[in-house]
Amino acid sequence: MNKEPGMTVIVKTVTRLTVGIILMYGIYIVMHGHLSPGGGFAGGVIIALSFVHLMLAYGKEVAFKKLSMPVASVLESMGAILFISVAFLGLVGGYFFFHTLGKGEPFSLLSAYMVLFSNIAISLKVGCGLFLVLITIALAGKEIKK
Amino acid sequence: MTYFLCMIIFAIGLYAVVAKRNMIKIIIGIMVMEYALNMLFVLFGYRQGGRSPILEKAQTITNIVDPLPQALILTAIVIGLATTALMVALAVRIYEKYGTFDITKIRKLRG
Amino acid sequence: MTDINVILMLMIVGSIIAVETRDMLSCVVVVGVVGLFQSLAFLVLKAPDLAIVQLVVEILSLVILLRVIIRKEASEPQHHPDYFPMLVGITLSLLALLFVHPILRELPQFGQPVMRVAKEYIENGMKATGATNLVSAVILDFRAYDTLGEAVVLFTAVCGALIVLRKTGRKKKGEPETEA
Repeated sequence: MNKEPGMTVIVKTVTRLTVGIILMYGIYIVMHGHLSPGGGFAGGVIIALSFVHLMLAYGKEVAFKKLSMPVASVLESMGAILFISVAFLGLVGGYFFFHTLGKGEPFSLLSAYMVLFSNIAISLKVGCGLFLVLITIALAGKEIKK
Repeated sequence: MTYFLCMIIFAIGLYAVVAKRNMIKIIIGIMVMEYALNMLFVLFGYRQGGRSPILEKAQTITNIVDPLPQALILTAIVIGLATTALMVALAVRIYEKYGTFDITKIRKLRG
Repeated sequence: MTDINVILMLMIVGSIIAVETRDMLSCVVVVGVVGLFQSLAFLVLKAPDLAIVQLVVEILSLVILLRVIIRKEASEPQHHPDYFPMLVGITLSLLALLFVHPILRELPQFGQPVMRVAKEYIENGMKATGATNLVSAVILDFRAYDTLGEAVVLFTAVCGALIVLRKTGRKKKGEPETEA
């Protein structure tokens, strides 16, 4: 079992069972950011942690198969563009960051659309950015060890 | 009293940054200083017997703690993580070049 | 009020151990413990958003620091102690505490904040934005410029780390991975 990269069988099995739950919890935190504690920053870091968890247990190849570095860069830029476009949408109503997307009904999931879309954009940006940084540091550490 | 305890943590971080030689120790000192400052901001906004700033459905809100410092610190924590990663990247690069984390040996401009 | 003081004292003890331990592995682990205590303190101070973010960020920074120090210098080398920087450090810390003490006495008492700006947000927050989490309403609606600046700083830090650690252009050949 030691031929393939990664940790032991116990760690791999537990990872296979938990990594999906961690990812879903991150998405839940992002989507409910305007109703309950959490939001784009916490959810983004949790999403990054789920991929990091995969990388630590299975080696970098498996993690790259799920989310490769070019895809992560593109997603990070998409987050930035989405956030800026939410901001520019305010120019329709008056000024930068104006609240044009409706407010919806409070205490329901689809409400406060500006906060919702900004949360999604921030979570993409934070998650992919931190994943890229950690992957790069881990690979550099492996370089030194040789 | 509470504010002063918080500033003692800041002073410990300052001591680590000034007096230690190991680069990782210096990064840890900066992290400790960050903790102290974030904590100080949140302490400023605490109200005695207050509630967390999340509204409930059928309740009129009276005493809520100040949400403004919390909102400022929420971004500062994530920025702190990113800058820590940047410092660690620089430390890794210096270790590749000089083979040590000691800042007194880096000054010799080897290579 | 006593519980937050107890947590702060535990954080002070943890920081002293983290700064003074020679073994780098236990040093990093103790920093993680200090961060977890801070997450607990945020929970006591009625800031659940900050508690979640601090917990998760602490785990990630612990992973980063562990990845760096593992298999490297496991402990600080034993050199004869250098008294001059230690003296300077203690002097500077005491001076900082001395200067900050009268300023902290001028501030409002702990537990009675001045909430001139926040009163507006608390009264009109839900009507103006529709979000019931006031912290989210403040960072993404009332003060979205702050978040925009934060995104720029985060992007700059990520770019800096990727550029500092890149390998293309420095190695000879045969390393196709990690071009970002």
